[in-house]
Amino acid sequence: MKAAVIVFPGSNCDRDMMVGIEHSLGRKPEMVWHKETELPDVDFIAVPGGFSYGDYLRCGAMSAHSPIMREVVKKANAGVRVLGVCNGFQILTEAGLLPGVLMRNAKLKFICKDVHLKVENASTDFTSKYSAGQAIRIPVAHHDGNYFAADDVLKSIEDNNQVAFRYCDEAGNVSEEANINGSRNNIAGILNENKNVLGMMPHPERLCDAQLGGTDGKPLFDALVEALS
Amino acid sequence: MSEITPEIVAEHGLSEDEWKLCLEIMGREPNLNELGIFSVMWSEHCSYKSSKKWLKTLPTEAPWVICGPGENAGVIDIEDNQAIIFKMESHNHPSYIEPYQGAATGVGGILRDVFTMGARPICNLNALRFGDVDHEKTRHLVSGVVSGISGYGNCVGVPTVAGECEFHSSYNGNNLVNAMAVGLADADNIFYSAAAGVGNPVVYFGSKTGRDGIHGATMASAEFTEDSEEKRPTVQVGDPFTEKLVIEATLELMQTGSIVAIQDMGAAGLTSSSFEMASKGGVGVELELDQVPMREEGMTPYELMLSESQERMLVILKPGMEAEAKAIMDKWDLEFAVIGKLTDTGNMVLKWHGEVVGDLPIDPLALASPEYDRPWVKTERPAEIDAASVESNVGRIDALKTLTAHPNFASKRWIWEQYDHMVMGDTVGRPGGDSAIVRVHETNKGIAVTSDCSPRYCYQDPHEGGKQIVAETYRNITAVGATPLAVTDNLNFGNPERPEIMGQIVGCIEGIGEACRALDYPIVSGNVSLYNETNGQGILPTPTLGAVGLIKDIDKAASVAFKKDGQAIIVLGETKGWLGASRYLEIICGREEGAPPLVDLEAELKTGNFVRAEILCGVDTCHDISDGGIAVAVAEMAMAGNIGCSIDIPANVEQAYAWLFGEDQGRYIVTVDADKADAFVVKAGEAGVTANIIGQTGGSDVVLGGEGIGVAELKDLHENWMPDYMAAGE
Amino acid sequence: MKAKVHVTLKNGVLDPQGKAVEHALGTLGFDGVGEVRIGKYIELELTDAAEKTKENIENMCKQLLANTVIENFDVEIVE
Repeated sequence: MKAAVIVFPGSNCDRDMMVGIEHSLGRKPEMVWHKETELPDVDFIAVPGGFSYGDYLRCGAMSAHSPIMREVVKKANAGVRVLGVCNGFQILTEAGLLPGVLMRNAKLKFICKDVHLKVENASTDFTSKYSAGQAIRIPVAHHDGNYFAADDVLKSIEDNNQVAFRYCDEAGNVSEEANINGSRNNIAGILNENKNVLGMMPHPERLCDAQLGGTDGKPLFDALVEALS
Repeated sequence: MSEITPEIVAEHGLSEDEWKLCLEIMGREPNLNELGIFSVMWSEHCSYKSSKKWLKTLPTEAPWVICGPGENAGVIDIEDNQAIIFKMESHNHPSYIEPYQGAATGVGGILRDVFTMGARPICNLNALRFGDVDHEKTRHLVSGVVSGISGYGNCVGVPTVAGECEFHSSYNGNNLVNAMAVGLADADNIFYSAAAGVGNPVVYFGSKTGRDGIHGATMASAEFTEDSEEKRPTVQVGDPFTEKLVIEATLELMQTGSIVAIQDMGAAGLTSSSFEMASKGGVGVELELDQVPMREEGMTPYELMLSESQERMLVILKPGMEAEAKAIMDKWDLEFAVIGKLTDTGNMVLKWHGEVVGDLPIDPLALASPEYDRPWVKTERPAEIDAASVESNVGRIDALKTLTAHPNFASKRWIWEQYDHMVMGDTVGRPGGDSAIVRVHETNKGIAVTSDCSPRYCYQDPHEGGKQIVAETYRNITAVGATPLAVTDNLNFGNPERPEIMGQIVGCIEGIGEACRALDYPIVSGNVSLYNETNGQGILPTPTLGAVGLIKDIDKAASVAFKKDGQAIIVLGETKGWLGASRYLEIICGREEGAPPLVDLEAELKTGNFVRAEILCGVDTCHDISDGGIAVAVAEMAMAGNIGCSIDIPANVEQAYAWLFGEDQGRYIVTVDADKADAFVVKAGEAGVTANIIGQTGGSDVVLGGEGIGVAELKDLHENWMPDYMAAGE
Repeated sequence: MKAKVHVTLKNGVLDPQGKAVEHALGTLGFDGVGEVRIGKYIELELTDAAEKTKENIENMCKQLLANTVIENFDVEIVE
């Protein structure tokens, strides 16, 4: 697998993403500055978390219009795997690669804690090392993770099996109490129609190392490495 | 006609004597620009004029100290050519006036102190103190301060990993926001602020200058009155996004070898940064103020010199390096301007479109910076409280429940879950324990960090209270298995012009100094915040300490959570049942009084060394005993591990409540496998450490001498207070 | 010349900030306040080089200033 991580001004999980990928890949991905107009020859692109452009105007809105994003969109449309985590997810929705939008958390507060996710679709290049219905523990750290899509869009996402992860409790029950930010249908992560683009609010790269308290995020990167080698 | 009237002098906070001294140094009447500079340079905030005499008595050296107080932050060696740079600083007054921005810019300022010296910030801490929970402003302040810290710290991408939050009515009109930043640098690449090289360019980078916080430094040095909320100067607004860019750009610039000296523009902005750099380097400086990047139209030299706009840096470059430096700033979309040069005149010359608008001698002004030996009276240590005389008809379980759900004990999860405490991928010990642990990136070493203060002890006996705080940080660092290395102090007090307040300052500093010397635990940086008074009501003396320790193998770190059933619970250190100034006496008996517990520094050292050695040999569960004594400590360990325990009160104990809730110092709780407990006690004895088996882990209840309560019920009380309290205000 | 842009949430999109303000106004004793919706007001200064048509400003809104999935916008050009 040849991987790249896009770096925007204000990205702050770029190093975490690099380390997370390295754990599975055995080498560091390329770091690509947002002002670049060309992407290296890669088959996996990660758009990391952080506060690109300070989250000013709307989270991800300004980054979505960076020169490099035009290239990312092209590659995504050509089938390259793209993962957007947290602010990266926001950028992918703003760039039109994923449907819907991430709004302010229902309780209006930033939330940083471990949450449980139910794996809804385990037959993608991102999720094949999980089993469908499995509850995994992954941290969130966001202020604007409240997933919204209009009814018709939501229906097509559900019908087309595009929901990758939903917020759930430890036992895997998708409940109102487990919905930490008010997302519609408890959605924590979604795929595009072709299933080569994944956006998710939780941070798998933060739990790939037992010293940090868990490794439930690692299978996601392991799966990509396996699929792309 | 004179431009400067006595009213203008008074508005600038200069006393009559200081004004005379100013005239003497200038040899003429200063103009307004010059007066402004005198006023901020001699403010309490910049000059430490009330506390300097006493601060000098603190121990600041050890073989591992690379740089002590006097620079932007303290620097200590952690081997392998790595250094930790850290400091704590207050942003109390701004946070009361505008809690969100006040707290946010506090975080920004302390981060700049750390990366200015060459460190990448690796974590933040904050010690917060608010008024009584029933006071009308408290919720608003808590909410604003926490979201300000969260908004800034999360955006810059530095994890906020530890802190404290206490409520007391003495903070009703003066909340405290003490922010600490810790950074990691190469030990052979530390940057200092002393300017050098006549002719070298003085370069400005970062954000533009606006009219933010003009005279913030003088405000931070004056007592509040009711109408200061009206008279507030423009509040500074933080821009964490720009700060993140400034961090990256600064660290990148530092790799180029082009920097002679560097300083951030903090309190008193361009004045204090340029002045301090020139003064430390023994050179003169000439500034072309019209070259300063300006955000607003019509700004004057006076405003440019005194503005406290955030996210700005001042750097002396090696000659000819301007273009390379500018290219880095362009990459990060930051302002860059050459605004002057170093001279050999020894003066600071300010120019505005070619015309001289200020000319001050640097050394005389800096050297004449006032130092007061303010009159003080010693706080008399109150009478000790005989445990037998404390009448209580509250049962031990009810007392435990009350304490667990009390604002000063309840979980502060509501706060720290709003802080990104995991970003940067090295937080191995998350908030909620004795110390947080941050891994040194790409190594197996860990930095343990904590912040502590016991204002109620300091109020009753400043000297013993000062000692206690040092010991408490020492224990918190030790309890995770780390070796305590050094301390930063953030001394918050009332009006030093009152002898009893000055007595608190002297007592606390002396106590802190004594303990730091005994524990070989130097103070390497710090900050003083005085005049924390409203209408003559001072805060409790609050010398907050932030401490840093090193654990060489993070896989060995201990935590407070009980790990398994059937282990023996052992108390290290002596339990006598000290109730004076305790939380039990205050909360359960409604008495805020009595002599605080004594700190035996020799025992502290012995017990600490023993605990650390045992953790490295495999003890994985450890908690220091502090507020609320043994009962609260074991309850916290049970709640953290979701495992109960049963504690046996020794038969010879006369007042069970004193044994359970007393706050004797120098104690830890550890657990060891039951079959190894006796041997452990013997081993402790051989090391000169008192050890007593007091019970065992297991079950789902916390049982104290036969009376119990479910861990789950206790946890609900502990976790629910703060969310419920904050929700009640919405 | 200036353009004034109002960006508002579309009907039916939940506005948690608006809800919180609505609740807070009630607590402060301001009765009779119905639904509160919070939006953005953006002021653009247009220099000589700018194309001063409404259409141009609307394109700015569609491409960056508003997210048309959840937001409406309204443009006004003033002297």
